[in-house]
Amino acid sequence: MNIIQINESSVLVEFGKVINEDIHRKVEAFCEYVDKHPFKGMIEYIPAFSSVAVIYNPIKIEYEKIYPLLNEILCNLNPSLGKQKRVIEIPVCYGGEFGPDIQYVADYNKISVEEVIKIHSSGEYLVYMIGFAPGFPYLGGMSDKIATPRRESPRTVIPKGSVGIAGMQTGVYPISTPGGWQIIGSTPQQLFRPEEYPPSLLKSGDIVKFYPISCDEYEKYKGDEK
Amino acid sequence: MSITVLSPGLLTSIQDLGRVGFQKYGVIVSGAMDTYSLRLANSLVGNREGEAALEITLVGPALMLNKGIAFVITGADISPTIEGEAVPMWRPVYLNKDSILKFGVCKSGCRAYLAFAGGFKIASIMGSKSTYMRAGIGGYKGRALKKNDILELEKPKKKSIDIINKLSKQLSQNKFITSNWYIREGENQSREVTTIRVIRERQFENFTEESINNFFHSFFNISIKSDRMGYRLSGSKLNLKEPVEMISEAVYFGTIQVPPDGNSIILLADRQTTGGYPKIAQIVSVDIQKIVQLKPNEKIMFKEISLEEAEKLYYEREKYINDIKIGVDFK
Repeated sequence: MNIIQINESSVLVEFGKVINEDIHRKVEAFCEYVDKHPFKGMIEYIPAFSSVAVIYNPIKIEYEKIYPLLNEILCNLNPSLGKQKRVIEIPVCYGGEFGPDIQYVADYNKISVEEVIKIHSSGEYLVYMIGFAPGFPYLGGMSDKIATPRRESPRTVIPKGSVGIAGMQTGVYPISTPGGWQIIGSTPQQLFRPEEYPPSLLKSGDIVKFYPISCDEYEKYKGDEK
Repeated sequence: MSITVLSPGLLTSIQDLGRVGFQKYGVIVSGAMDTYSLRLANSLVGNREGEAALEITLVGPALMLNKGIAFVITGADISPTIEGEAVPMWRPVYLNKDSILKFGVCKSGCRAYLAFAGGFKIASIMGSKSTYMRAGIGGYKGRALKKNDILELEKPKKKSIDIINKLSKQLSQNKFITSNWYIREGENQSREVTTIRVIRERQFENFTEESINNFFHSFFNISIKSDRMGYRLSGSKLNLKEPVEMISEAVYFGTIQVPPDGNSIILLADRQTTGGYPKIAQIVSVDIQKIVQLKPNEKIMFKEISLEEAEKLYYEREKYINDIKIGVDFK
């Protein structure tokens, strides 16, 4: 484990240089600890796959005092193995106008569209981190049977709710943004909820499951959310 | 009291010091690009330093303001006038009559900050009034200002009232009254090349010797494809010695990342929370206010300093801002 000062107000705690569940659990345990025991001068933290950046106010605490503090937290870290995880089920309307690239994903992997849906919706995905955009989950655990490279030219707008595949990753776009992912469907579920606390449906450490819904159910769901 | 937008300018939005504490949910910080100018604008008008103000970009708006309003303009000089008369910056201005505040040509800098005594009467989202346009949240309806928008102001706090009382006591027939004190700023006249100080970032050593040499010894141009999210640079391409296996991690205000095409991007107020490109350097905190005041096609050069020096500069600037706040209290 490494503690690295990045700039005048940030320090990075690095747990490793690979992505795996073991390191993820350490990231989780660290975040849980500083959530419960934020130190004086700590402003916020940004967790990622294998590191956590801690942002602090240098007027309230100097780096020289942060280093031993973080070191002590790391020494006493106790990543729990059998912790109960939240399971969040996300409805997805696959294909059609919502999933313009699903045929490409099927062709690329030499399987049918139905099989793409079946494989994508039968997986269990671990939320490794939330980042890039508000509420955007980096999910691990997708089957390599539907892995597909990004589009060669990114779309200028990917609509909010789009479910996509990029290489071995799958994810959901919580807001409209440009992007190069292969879009296979859309969810009516709001992932970014600016009026609520927390503002993100998902948090790192959750398990996500997708289940297919029809276009009618999609519209109904959207109507109910309003 | 209220403000009516007669014309919005190029990009005028409500910004404060940003949404703090929600990056773990991927929520972009946003907030003023030039936090230094924002903090001073607020401090000079008697607000708390992180109050929301208008961030005005290159082409300014025309605003109808009620009499009795007090405001301060800092940052870029976009030729503010009231009825053709120049309105001085970096000091409080009090309106004797209903007036139209109009901005003209941009003389220096890129972003001006207009803070009103009391601040805006709008809801905070996640603890901030900053506009994050891409998600349509915060500020005024989550977007840049448009013609005919009406912004209400909160009642000024005690410090602002003291400033207003002193100004309004001067018997004047003018449309507006300004203080006789101000801070000396705005001397950032356009230079041919602006030097930006940086410290090394995590993948600095992974770049080729030639790239590092070019990074510190050649000019970079701010590309036209620059916005509140980031400034794209054009100039020498920066190459890695060999591909680096990158794992997405946090990025910061002023991080310089290098995508595979070799053209660096400086991440700014509306940056994403995490990124997966190699990072060559980080602009030191006190120089972020310099870079965000540069316009597309302006030239910069990077200079390396140590993290210790960067910290020293940080503390010096904080002391300077604090001294100004104390000074305002004594006026």
